[in-house]
Amino acid sequence: MINVAGIEITPELVAFGGLATVAALAAIGVVAFNNAVRSALCLVVNFFLLAVLYFTLNAELLGISQVIVYTGAIMVLFLFVIMLLNLGAPQILHEKWDFKRPAGIVLALVFAGLIAGQILPSLMSASRPVSNPALDAYGSPQAIGRTLFSTYVFPFEAVSILLLIGIVGSILLAKRRI
Amino acid sequence: MATLTNIPHQIELRTSEEPFPTAKTQRVKSTRTMWNWLEHLHPALLALIRVLLFVLPILVIVPLLIWWERRLLSWMQDRIGPNRVGPFGLLQTIADGVKLFLKEDITPAKVDRLVYFIAPALALFPAFAIGGTLPWGPSFGPLHLLTPIADVNIGILYVLAISSLGVYGVVLAGYASDNKYSLMGGLRSSAQLISYELAMGMSLACMVLATGSLRMTDMVSSQEQPLWGAVSFIQNWNLLTPFGVIAGLVFLICMVAETNRAPFDLPEAENELIAGYHTEYSSMKFAVFFMGEYASMFIFSGIFAAVFLGGYNILPIRWHYLAEVMPAMSGLWDFIDSINYWLAPIWFIGKMIAGISFYIWLRATLPRLRYDQLMALGWKSLLPLATTNFIVIALWLVTTSVFGVALGWVWAIGAFVVLGIIYRLTIGMKGVEDRLHNRVVTLEEPERRQVEVVEPPKAATS
Repeated sequence: MINVAGIEITPELVAFGGLATVAALAAIGVVAFNNAVRSALCLVVNFFLLAVLYFTLNAELLGISQVIVYTGAIMVLFLFVIMLLNLGAPQILHEKWDFKRPAGIVLALVFAGLIAGQILPSLMSASRPVSNPALDAYGSPQAIGRTLFSTYVFPFEAVSILLLIGIVGSILLAKRRI
Repeated sequence: MATLTNIPHQIELRTSEEPFPTAKTQRVKSTRTMWNWLEHLHPALLALIRVLLFVLPILVIVPLLIWWERRLLSWMQDRIGPNRVGPFGLLQTIADGVKLFLKEDITPAKVDRLVYFIAPALALFPAFAIGGTLPWGPSFGPLHLLTPIADVNIGILYVLAISSLGVYGVVLAGYASDNKYSLMGGLRSSAQLISYELAMGMSLACMVLATGSLRMTDMVSSQEQPLWGAVSFIQNWNLLTPFGVIAGLVFLICMVAETNRAPFDLPEAENELIAGYHTEYSSMKFAVFFMGEYASMFIFSGIFAAVFLGGYNILPIRWHYLAEVMPAMSGLWDFIDSINYWLAPIWFIGKMIAGISFYIWLRATLPRLRYDQLMALGWKSLLPLATTNFIVIALWLVTTSVFGVALGWVWAIGAFVVLGIIYRLTIGMKGVEDRLHNRVVTLEEPERRQVEVVEPPKAATS
């Protein structure tokens, strides 16, 4: 095995590094591009790579839900709306320089430092979990289905009603007279 | 009173490694020694072999499919079709491919270059990736090491997820071309794919309920059980079960819509949108779009075969049961069984080609749908039908386990009738009204049109 600065380079690590780099670049691209369609495209790439990261962690159902819900449905609707609104043409926004920008940078750095201070210590001490037969079913469709329809059946139904209300509300807004 | 926690053996989740143990499994094990070397390969190498075994045949077969489409279509239309290049015109597609390779690759001046170049690749990616969980062979014995590229426990969801990515290629191609007809094609395509995905997901969910597993290999092996749990010598192909017929029909229509093929090819309607999303594409990029379309047609046929047509089995007959019942002829039945097993890829590809031929038949038969007809079919007919089927299956499973088989069927038929009446009273009626309304409009239209009489200009000197 190759060791770099005390860290063992495993195929998993290489895969993770590649995927995470591209995902982070895509996430930057979302805010960096002027063109709305390109931003949306970057978001699609980011969501898809997140799903692949979930696959590498053996969380297949989570990953596939990510692809179905975000990459396959929400982002398609996003693109649809962007095209309908004709935001596609590169309309470059020129922002005037004022005190908000340095203040924003400083606040962002502070915020990032705060989050990193919370997350990094526990990440540094994280170790690869030992293969555990009891954990193998963790995240499988069967396990999630059972939990969803037994322990969490009330929140599950409440969320479905919430979604229904959302749909009814949007129809009401769009079509005043029915 | 039964509670939901201790219902039924049908709904009970099959979690073990071998969910449907059969007598076959035992017998095939004896031939395993010959194939031992496969088990000793490195998993990564084995995975590579699986991928190559899946992708290479598709790459080889796509040109043949185009040739087959052109020949079959011309036969149906009473023409001859391409028959000059090679025997029966078999090399015509190769010649076309060479032509496309050598043509000038024109990029229009005002395109969004990045998106314009990415779009064909995005169209090709889902076409190949969608088969990642598709088993072209048996899930037991030595062949199971070669068949689905990844036998994950979410196989059918993977198919849905990747097929929903197919829209990006078309939409982005339409957007990037900077052509209003292309943009229209892209918009139509995204609306169409979103609409038909719902019905497709519902029809697949019906089969998930009937099978009790999301794993593709489980769906195939559950179809090798006795028909309706009663007829022991026939396999329980989903297309032979009452719920499976409905779900299969819905899936068949949706898969044609998902691949943008003939009655649903509005995104590339020639007479309205020139060629829709690929108007501005030339040379190899244009060819890539077509390749993706044919590959995804081929693989969707494969998914139909795996989920509804009993997977790799050539006939819905349980040979090993026949061998048990008729020991005198067991040699014959075992021989047929082993042919059925070892030539599995051939039978599976045969079913895929049958699916492709169905596509071509549709293209030769049906005229293109109007946009409102397309939406009405998807939202008002297919989605309610698939949802009804889903509810009825769920009710059937529960009532069968609680009240027994006969009452289960009574409940299922009753539920279907009640839901049908509800449909008729709510959505169905509206559909009829709309159709009547549309008919009146189209009949009146010619009368409204005024014929313009253009006077010939008089000559100045007369």
